[in-house]
Amino acid sequence: MNPFPLRGLPLKGAARGRPPIITIKTMQITAEHLTYVYNPGSPFAVKALDDVSLTIEEGEFFGIIGHTGSGKSTFVKHLNGLIRLPSSQKHYKKPKAKKGQPAPVEPSLKVGEFDLADRKTDFRALRKKVGMVFQYPEAQLFAETVFDDVAFGLKNFEKDLKAEEIEAAVKAATEIVGLDYAAVKDVSPFDLSGGQRRRAAIAGVIVTKPEILVLDEPAAGLDPLGKKEIMELLHRLHRDWCRTIVIVSHDMDEIAENCTRAAVFSEGKLVCALPPKELFLKSEELLSLGLDIPLTAKLCAALAKRGVSVGCDFTVDGFVRAVLGAKGEKR
Amino acid sequence: MTAVSFKNVDFSYGEDGFHMKNFSLDVEEGELVAVLGHNGSGKSTLARLMNGLLLADGGSVEIFGEPLTEKNLYDVRRQVGVVFQNPDNQTVSSIVEDDVAFGAENVGLPREEIGRRIEFALSAVGMEKYRDATVSRLSGGQKQRVAIAGVLALKPRVLVLDESTAMLDPRGRREIMDVVLRLNREEGMTVVLITHFMEEALLCGRAVVMNRGEIVMQGAPAEIFERHEELLTYNLTLPRIGEICKKLQAGGLPVPDTLDIDLLADSIARLLNE
Repeated sequence: MNPFPLRGLPLKGAARGRPPIITIKTMQITAEHLTYVYNPGSPFAVKALDDVSLTIEEGEFFGIIGHTGSGKSTFVKHLNGLIRLPSSQKHYKKPKAKKGQPAPVEPSLKVGEFDLADRKTDFRALRKKVGMVFQYPEAQLFAETVFDDVAFGLKNFEKDLKAEEIEAAVKAATEIVGLDYAAVKDVSPFDLSGGQRRRAAIAGVIVTKPEILVLDEPAAGLDPLGKKEIMELLHRLHRDWCRTIVIVSHDMDEIAENCTRAAVFSEGKLVCALPPKELFLKSEELLSLGLDIPLTAKLCAALAKRGVSVGCDFTVDGFVRAVLGAKGEKR
Repeated sequence: MTAVSFKNVDFSYGEDGFHMKNFSLDVEEGELVAVLGHNGSGKSTLARLMNGLLLADGGSVEIFGEPLTEKNLYDVRRQVGVVFQNPDNQTVSSIVEDDVAFGAENVGLPREEIGRRIEFALSAVGMEKYRDATVSRLSGGQKQRVAIAGVLALKPRVLVLDESTAMLDPRGRREIMDVVLRLNREEGMTVVLITHFMEEALLCGRAVVMNRGEIVMQGAPAEIFERHEELLTYNLTLPRIGEICKKLQAGGLPVPDTLDIDLLADSIARLLNE
């Protein structure tokens, strides 16, 4: 089932006999010169983001990496307006250019048709389109039954939904996260196992059918099998439910296996945004930033030292294929 | 000497909850033991039984030969320190040194001794520079090191870490593992490390795998990871490097089962150059 049929069909030009110009509204994320300071003007001022420009295309499975305090969480909090750009706030005064200098560059952030630098933007509508799953989302479960918990966000976003519609949406969301709807709907979320609780919490976010789903460390604290299941769930969501997935992760193996591209943050700055197979060629640089590299990259480096070069995409299967392929060539 | 000994321990959380039946395990003094198991396998119950947060229904838990009862609970807790998962749930004061002193103050140590203990504990975890720092401004790894220091200030003989690295980033995890290994090797501290990370288990002398309240496998970590089919049946996975070895073997490259990057690279390089 594809919940997103093609929108915005041919408009201009068709009437005048010219080939139609197809305009498809996409939920592209475009950040330009994003800068954010916590506690500005105080002794505790911290520049959490420093002139970050980054575009995330619709349809990506995007990774954000960087160690604690690198600005990655601050960045993702901008995406659904939890942190607002200065220009979207009341009493905002445009900074004036100093004499003889060009006007200061103002940060801008667009998510699809939403301009987050504009105070008139409908942030409520934005939050429906951009779902946010925080770290340890199971800590936010609160209702008496799984049904009520999952339905909570939906009821708040869409006040005039009929009971059947709510039920259908909750059922679909619960099922896609891999919970048995009939078995869990009347159960307290606190009686579920750890992995199931996390799924229920994710269901409560995706129930509004966001087009972009942002998850902060979705697999943290789970056992290896739980991790694997959560990553499978994200791929299922990416295929059938949310067009774009953005994950914040510390686990480089997870990034190498799953992401189309990953952005590296360090001290508030964007270092680079590349597909894993290019990113992990820069292993030295990542290590110097205090970051880890995937096991496959460590193995490639160890092999390079022994005079064997194996080109691979840094997934486990890709590495195995490359090694076996190299063996085949020798024969 | 045996540091911790579970002798035919029975334990359950009520009628249809988790059960542990006739459970036995010995941890020798100076050992570094990893306890593995999926969620709900009984790992954390084990930690709680060791310092009397939970008491056995049947059988006995002995700490250095002395059975744990309600009467000697507080003495036992000074010998067995437990560090839990969430760094934010384990701090009681806003300043590092106050936090480390908390346990020592509670057992009524003299003031000068507490000062010495704070110094010892903070230097053991490499946090002596942060004595006057605000706990809430530390990173997760630093907070966990402070939590460990708080336990060390009581000079326990056994340190139990119950998934203490699960919420940390890779750097924080390394910091904690460095501290644990140093305490074990240099101070001879007995350590029980409960973890999800197979890579951490590799650093230990012995690994114990739990499933449904029972020990299902135990031995040297490398040996356990060789029995990977069996691990899978307990919902555990191989460390990623083990997975790569298996896949290379399946593809016809006879690499050995190893969990060491350099050994594997040696073997691949040799096989490719043949």
